[in-house]
Amino acid sequence: MSTSLERREALKDNEILWYERMLEIREFEKRTNELFASGEIRGTTHLCVGQEALAVGLATVLEPEDVIAATYRSHGIALAFGLTSHSTMAEIMGKATGCAGGVGGSMHMCDKSIGLLPTSAIIGGGMPVAAGAALAFQIQNKPQVAVAFFGDAATNIGAFHESLNLAAIWKLPVVFVIDNNVYGEYSRINLTTPIEDLHLRAASYDMPSIKVDGMDIYAVQEAMTQAVDGARRGEGPTLVEAKTYRFSGHSRADQALYRPAGELEMWQKKDPILLTEQALTKKGLLSEAKILDMKAAMVEFIDQAINQARLDPEPGLEQMFENIYTAAKASNA
Amino acid sequence: MRFRQAIVAAMTDEMKADESVIFFGEDVAAAEGPFKTSEGLLENFGPVRVRDTPISEMAFTGAAVGAAMMGMRPVIEIMFMEFLGVALDQLVTEGAKMHYLSKGEFSVPMVVRASCGSGLGFGSQHSQTLENWVAATPGLKVVQPSDPQSAYSLLRAAIQDNNPVMFLEPRILYAERGEVDTNLKMEIGRARVLQEGSDVTVVSLGNMVSVARKAIKDSGLSAELIDLATLVPWDRAAILESVKKTGRLIVVEESPWSGGWGSEIVSFITTELFSDLKSAPMRITAPDVPVPFNGTLEARYVPTSEDVSAAITEIVTNNKVLQPWWIQKGLNR
Ligand SMILES: Cc1ncc(C[n+]2csc(CCOP(=O)(O)OP(=O)(O)O)c2C)c(N)n1
Ligand SMILES: [Mg+2]
Repeated sequence: MSTSLERREALKDNEILWYERMLEIREFEKRTNELFASGEIRGTTHLCVGQEALAVGLATVLEPEDVIAATYRSHGIALAFGLTSHSTMAEIMGKATGCAGGVGGSMHMCDKSIGLLPTSAIIGGGMPVAAGAALAFQIQNKPQVAVAFFGDAATNIGAFHESLNLAAIWKLPVVFVIDNNVYGEYSRINLTTPIEDLHLRAASYDMPSIKVDGMDIYAVQEAMTQAVDGARRGEGPTLVEAKTYRFSGHSRADQALYRPAGELEMWQKKDPILLTEQALTKKGLLSEAKILDMKAAMVEFIDQAINQARLDPEPGLEQMFENIYTAAKASNA
Repeated sequence: MRFRQAIVAAMTDEMKADESVIFFGEDVAAAEGPFKTSEGLLENFGPVRVRDTPISEMAFTGAAVGAAMMGMRPVIEIMFMEFLGVALDQLVTEGAKMHYLSKGEFSVPMVVRASCGSGLGFGSQHSQTLENWVAATPGLKVVQPSDPQSAYSLLRAAIQDNNPVMFLEPRILYAERGEVDTNLKMEIGRARVLQEGSDVTVVSLGNMVSVARKAIKDSGLSAELIDLATLVPWDRAAILESVKKTGRLIVVEESPWSGGWGSEIVSFITTELFSDLKSAPMRITAPDVPVPFNGTLEARYVPTSEDVSAAITEIVTNNKVLQPWWIQKGLNR
């Protein structure tokens, strides 16, 4: 079995694997939704169906030592960055084998080995933390980059503006990525935000910004490479706005009935998996038969991950009292 | 009616009675609230008085303070109590100080409604009770209903109050049903004696009230059940009178062991009634750990009716208090 980091590194220059990872995220989310509906998963879930290209595209650009602070909508980020479907599903099921030992749940993905900081379920929670990680890299003279990954509606919280300003005046090696999926919960962006092109907000901080088609994995890679390389070279932060669309409801059982008619269908024509299929077929890397094979294999693969997670043990009562404080001694003790 | 419907009814009746009552929060208008606690309000009172906000808790909490100072009576909804964290200054340090800092010339008649508590699998960032964030702020009142009747009557009292009131709604109770008499008034600052008894006083709050009620029944002993209902200013007289009669005190809290409101009650009663007590007073709380996601652990996190009835039996029959379960099991100190 490969480690999370190996899974992430394998993506480098392997376009078929990008496609496969996107399929993995899609199938994973589909099954998560079913398991939630059937009551096997409790609590809540926030799916990223339709946003696979952004997660995988970003993962292909980062180096092993880089870090990312993301949100409750992070199954896709976690899988793209290398977490296994088994460990992600085990966490969502509250099993001891989950990436947070089963005490986190769907909103809290984490794996230090791939730089995935514990994802935050509080809007704006990750942005200052990413700036702080970048501050450490800067002071330590390390060529590392921190990414803050969040939604469109999160640009209305104070932490967004404070973090961008701080990162700009300190020239921190951080990239702020807006996953603009058009909705914050049940509200379309135009109802809560005066502008829809959110990258424009960077101007107040004299920060460069990029707007990118988040459904196109190649475009995502190009944009992220530019932003990440700039940060790594010491040129400071960039705000990247990826235009995506939330194919699912916000969370749990939300049917998203508030959408304007035809909007979902319009975006489904730009389904990132479809676009990648087309691109790879054109390049001669995929055929119709291979696509069918890969999809069938993925159904099987996720099935196995789920069945394995089902059989896994739950955390014991003693687990409740662990990892609250570190037992490690202070460095100057 | 259900607890959440009692909230809607209280809002509706207050908005009818007083045109200066306005209401805003995230997805409370068009979507009628993530927990359906504002059904029909937009329809009945229109978009001037019932508004959706951006994800900007700091701005809309502070806006409620300012509007209240200028003659409105704003009610705002903080979806999960944790989200008050990003707005705490506006409530605790601005809103709660305005009357004091203006020689009483300004007042701030506003209500902050927030859902709180565990039990639904929302994980460690969406399940805390957090009343201690606001309970040490003179100038701010803190109220927590325990059933549909108290939700209705206390919310009306809170909206009518001329001070800022924090109104904490145990999320797990939203679907609970109960009789509601809309003519019944409840006063902020008054505890409710829900059941008279002679051998021990059991004080609880919010979701723990029904846990305590079941425990008393199971124990078969004569216990007086008190719903504290208001945390600030809490009803010292009612608890004094009851413990004077019973000579024994148990406090049941959903919050962690350290820093809980029960310590306040135990400390006051011990000082006042030291020589009249037949046993040391006792607190039953959650352990000092974050709320775990895993369902088995989360169910064990909160005090259970078994914990409470065992404690009642021990204190009444032996005049002794039980150690917390995690100490009995040797899991933690
Ligand atoms: C401080 C805070 N306020 C409100 C919420 C509730 N909430 C969770 S997700 C969400 C919508 C966020 O939308 P967006 O930033 O666009 O991200 P998306 O969910 O679309 O990925 C809201 C309001 C929260 N978690 N934290
Ligand atoms: Mg969004």
